[in-house]
Amino acid sequence: MTKVIVNGKTEGTVLKTTSPINFLGAVDKKTGMIRDKKYDIFEKSIKDKILVFPHGIGSSVGAYTIYSLKANNVAPIAMICHKPDLTVASGCALANIPMIILSKKEFDSMENGKELQIDTGSEKILT
Amino acid sequence: MDLTKEEQSALNGEKGDVLQTAYRILVATGEATNAEKLIPITWAHLSGVNYNTIGDSGEEFLRTISEEAKVKVKTTVNPMGFDFDHISEFNHIDDDFIQKQKSIRNSYVKMGVEPTFSCTPYDIFDLPEKNTQVSFAESNAAIFANSLGGLKTNKESAFSALASAITGKSPYSDLRKDDITTPMTIRMKLDNPNELDFGMLGFFAGKVGDTSVNISGVSQPNRRSCKALCGGMGTSGTCAKFQFVDNEEGKSEKVDFGKEEMNEVYDELNTAEKGDLITLGSPQLGLEELSDLSKMLKGKSFQKRCMIFCSRSVQEQARSLDYTNEIERSGGEILSDCCTCLTPLIDTNETDVVTTNSIKGAYYLKNSTGVDVNLKPLSKIIEDETK
Repeated sequence: MTKVIVNGKTEGTVLKTTSPINFLGAVDKKTGMIRDKKYDIFEKSIKDKILVFPHGIGSSVGAYTIYSLKANNVAPIAMICHKPDLTVASGCALANIPMIILSKKEFDSMENGKELQIDTGSEKILT
Repeated sequence: MDLTKEEQSALNGEKGDVLQTAYRILVATGEATNAEKLIPITWAHLSGVNYNTIGDSGEEFLRTISEEAKVKVKTTVNPMGFDFDHISEFNHIDDDFIQKQKSIRNSYVKMGVEPTFSCTPYDIFDLPEKNTQVSFAESNAAIFANSLGGLKTNKESAFSALASAITGKSPYSDLRKDDITTPMTIRMKLDNPNELDFGMLGFFAGKVGDTSVNISGVSQPNRRSCKALCGGMGTSGTCAKFQFVDNEEGKSEKVDFGKEEMNEVYDELNTAEKGDLITLGSPQLGLEELSDLSKMLKGKSFQKRCMIFCSRSVQEQARSLDYTNEIERSGGEILSDCCTCLTPLIDTNETDVVTTNSIKGAYYLKNSTGVDVNLKPLSKIIEDETK
């Protein structure tokens, strides 16, 4: 099951973490770097990546962080989660970052470094 | 999600850019939570006020939309970065920050919000009748509203609550409905828990729980402990409701919160043994807490700086009841419109470690402000840090 939350068409490389992300605490909105040591993608940049993570957690202001990442040109080009949450959905909606939800099984099969095309208008959303 | 003709036309942009943006956000969050429709809400509480958290792009966004946007329902707002009455006492805050914070404050006021600048709207206003649909973005306030106030809200985001304020609507989903599946039960195993223990319980529950949890083994915690529980829970996860239960019957999954689990949370958030300054209030303190504090501080003096955060409205009430005298005599600095979390008042050039009893505060002090944290319950802070 693939569910579209925010429409868009893009292609790029997957950066995946298995940890839920608290955008306010964990991501530097000026650089797009993960700055919380607890993450397996610590010190990696989410800029221009297809960011794959289970879901957002924590502060509701994380939506502004997503919007700021976009304004600072350091945002992911798309986000893929397996559980929807309001912070990520609304942040992506305002920042126009395509966002989709995958089933747990599809999510688990996503691999770091994989090249992916996303087209929410097409019949096959992910190729 | 089904939209009415009017909602659809707003989404299509026929009623201006602001409403189009607001409906785009509501549709995305509605789709995300499988809502079938939008429903009216009567009160929105917004996050995204502190310049430290929303930055230049947030300030610019609010300035732009406030040209056109007006809130449609009662709307309260979260704390800012600092207290304008005391800003001259904090030399390290630069003028750019002050100007940007002013601009953000003005944009919200222009949109028609009530300038509460508080993360504890439930300490300022009487709550509406039970089952009223509201839209609270501040996580501790959403959890308080659902769990202790009998109201209904999802754990809204800064933008979804703003969209609700502007349209008067929210997607009808998750905690707004009554058909929640049986939540997990957290069994509280600590004896005589203080507010720090409740904060850690909340942090643990937020991590393991889904949208809602049951909590057993707890009897009648005081308001300070309840607020600590809400604050801790909101910080760590997506959980936006708890319910105290007497028994552990039924099919729900059960998880213990005992010594071992508590130590794990403590070790994650307590990173130093001695603080350079003390902060009390995240969530901001209420009237009852200030009253307790003034009694606990009788005849004592803080041996280091202690910032005490409460809403302006609570501070005014506390002044009229004389709770503030003893606190200020002891050296406590009472600050309003801001909070431990992400305040620039803590100068990281001068402060390496902050002592606090707040789990929520500890998380953001560590991860956002970038200082170490010494966690202690209030009674221990007063024992160790006053003479």
